[in-house]
Amino acid sequence: MAAALRGTLVTLVKGLGGARMHQLASRPLSVSASLCGQETPPPRADSTFKVTMVPGDGVGPELMTAVKDVFKAGDIPVEFEEFHLSEVQNMANEEKLEQVLTSMRNNRVAIKGKIHTPMEYKGELASYEMKLRRKLDLFANVVHVNSLQGYNTRHNNLDLVIIREQTEGEYSSLEHESTAGVIECMKIITREKSRRIAKFAFDYATKKGRNKVTAVHKANIMKLGDGLFLQSCAEVAELYPKIKYETIIIDNCCMQLVQNPYQFDVLVMPNLYGNIIDNLAAGLVRTRDLGGYCTTGDFVHAVVANLRHRPAQ
Amino acid sequence: MAGYPWRSTVSCVVAVLKNETLQSRSFIRGMKTVTLIPGDGIGPEISAAVMKIFEAAKVPIQWEERNVTAIQGPGGKWMIPPGAKESMNKTKIGLKGPLETPIAAGHPSMNLLLRKTFDLFANVRPCVSIEGYDTPYTDVNLVTIRENTEGEYSGIEHMIVDGVVQSIKLITEQASQRIAEYAFEYAKNNQRSSVTAVHKANIMRMSDGLFLRKCREAAEKHKDVKFTEMYLDTVCLNMVRDPTQFDVLVMPNLYGDILSDLCAGLIGGLGVTPSGNIGANGVAIFESVHGTAPDIAGKDLANPTALLLSAVMMLRHMGLHGQAQNIQTACFNTIQDKKVLTKDLGGSSKFSARLKSGLWLGHSKTIIIKPTPWSTTHPGSSARSAPETSARRCGYKSKPSPPLAASVVKQFLRATARKHRL
Repeated sequence: MAAALRGTLVTLVKGLGGARMHQLASRPLSVSASLCGQETPPPRADSTFKVTMVPGDGVGPELMTAVKDVFKAGDIPVEFEEFHLSEVQNMANEEKLEQVLTSMRNNRVAIKGKIHTPMEYKGELASYEMKLRRKLDLFANVVHVNSLQGYNTRHNNLDLVIIREQTEGEYSSLEHESTAGVIECMKIITREKSRRIAKFAFDYATKKGRNKVTAVHKANIMKLGDGLFLQSCAEVAELYPKIKYETIIIDNCCMQLVQNPYQFDVLVMPNLYGNIIDNLAAGLVRTRDLGGYCTTGDFVHAVVANLRHRPAQ
Repeated sequence: MAGYPWRSTVSCVVAVLKNETLQSRSFIRGMKTVTLIPGDGIGPEISAAVMKIFEAAKVPIQWEERNVTAIQGPGGKWMIPPGAKESMNKTKIGLKGPLETPIAAGHPSMNLLLRKTFDLFANVRPCVSIEGYDTPYTDVNLVTIRENTEGEYSGIEHMIVDGVVQSIKLITEQASQRIAEYAFEYAKNNQRSSVTAVHKANIMRMSDGLFLRKCREAAEKHKDVKFTEMYLDTVCLNMVRDPTQFDVLVMPNLYGDILSDLCAGLIGGLGVTPSGNIGANGVAIFESVHGTAPDIAGKDLANPTALLLSAVMMLRHMGLHGQAQNIQTACFNTIQDKKVLTKDLGGSSKFSARLKSGLWLGHSKTIIIKPTPWSTTHPGSSARSAPETSARRCGYKSKPSPPLAASVVKQFLRATARKHRL
């Protein structure tokens, strides 16, 4: 169940909200709060962190309740500021989105469930998830794929990090019908954003002590677009001689992931490929049926009990 | 068809048994001509292997070898040699080895050229677990059908300003409709129970939305086949957890490329995966999808399984189910025996040894066959493949196969005595 929690822990780095011309020279980015805290005062015992919470749709609200219960039981000094943003339940409009954005910008840390995107085209090309990402410039999506201890899957002891560029690429929401029956969809790749994600990937690898970064692309077909992405990655790789840099084509990467996923360490890629590989890798660490029959509530009680009986740290 | 079946039967059998080349296809019943494109790298070796195996199995096929190096036609347009084009248009069936496009060639890839020349709109890749070649994924039995002419691979890209590139993904109503119709027809002809459309219409609302709409419309016309829709990321997630939940998958170009390679990985890689391309004018080209492997070319190390299984797919498309089954069985038996395997399958044998072993068609022990939906839209296929698919439902064991020569000759005589062509 823990593995099924689809919330994304977002770390917002101060200063990225506005336009920044020299991303390459910006300080290293990370998803760990401690590094981000260079410009924030360190937490004191009597203060609490304020975190924006957007439960989302489906199982989101229940899972967020579970998170809150566990945090409360563990006396974690976090206060959640909840916002219910949902496209399918008609609880979404520009005003609400602005409220959520303001809260996120103030708190700088948020936990979010999945905001379901309805398939019917109602005139809006960008979903709320995409709007959130763009307005906050959340350019890097980091998924750390770790095998769960004690569960046997087809590939055990996996430890992969997938870093996906989240603001451009195929998800640019630029589509139009050029003539009747012909739709054009634009995929945009820019040097600036490619360099930014590549630098993030190498910085992350350096910080976490990883040995290799593999860029995933389809430059044999999309020669200009993915070619530019690859070129940017190669340029950044030269600045990190201690980290091995490799490239692999997306279809081969998918095939290798199901045959021998241990050859990969950190993977970096544009938007759509990231979506595919994230899900593929998540599937690798799960069996079809984990065999449990308890309810969410039962699980939460068990975690809380475990928490309370642990020696104080 | 000829009015003297016995005369042609005798000449056919004698000619085949004596390995004579037949003079003219149209006068000898039962002999079909297929255009063979050996390809580059290991291509010629594996094509020779397939020809040898077909000879041993006495398959009524004569090969017309053609080369497809790109040439520049009038007006500077790149095209395949006219000889190859003519041959393919005449025979309508092709078998192709891996082709290489040199990096600084200046022309588009050879595969792309072939695709455009013959309007090969559907790429069909059946992925079935191979008995005896173990992978972490067992009981895989699905087919990916990929739209092959448009989508993300339109090749339309420009650098708008320095540092910003725009690639265009094109989805048209006509192509989407065509592939959707084909997928349902394929499912019907091969007794497949469901078709799943794979898309990202939540993100690419207009383009994948159009594709999905066309799939839904085709589903309405084929109510006997179950239709489901699934996001690409969900398919990937579920595919690696439990591939048995999928049957036929239909999708646009890029997703098809990725998913078909993913599924190939589930069964053992591109070295054992067959593939077929169906064109709009009745042309069908079957190919091995692995690379040219120039590092092992000429060293007797290449694994011909992919091309062989593609050739089996081709035989089923042509209606030659008996021969197809024979060759497929022999190939699987060889892999299952594990005595003569090439390096990529975990063995150390040379490829020629495998070839010799594979020629040992006819096996007396009980064999386990995974029935494969490797026929495409051949009108006869639905009747022929029925026993195989019912085997899939009840169990996989089949009767021991009789010794080779008698069964093959019997099939020949039976087949050539019929009034309609195979």
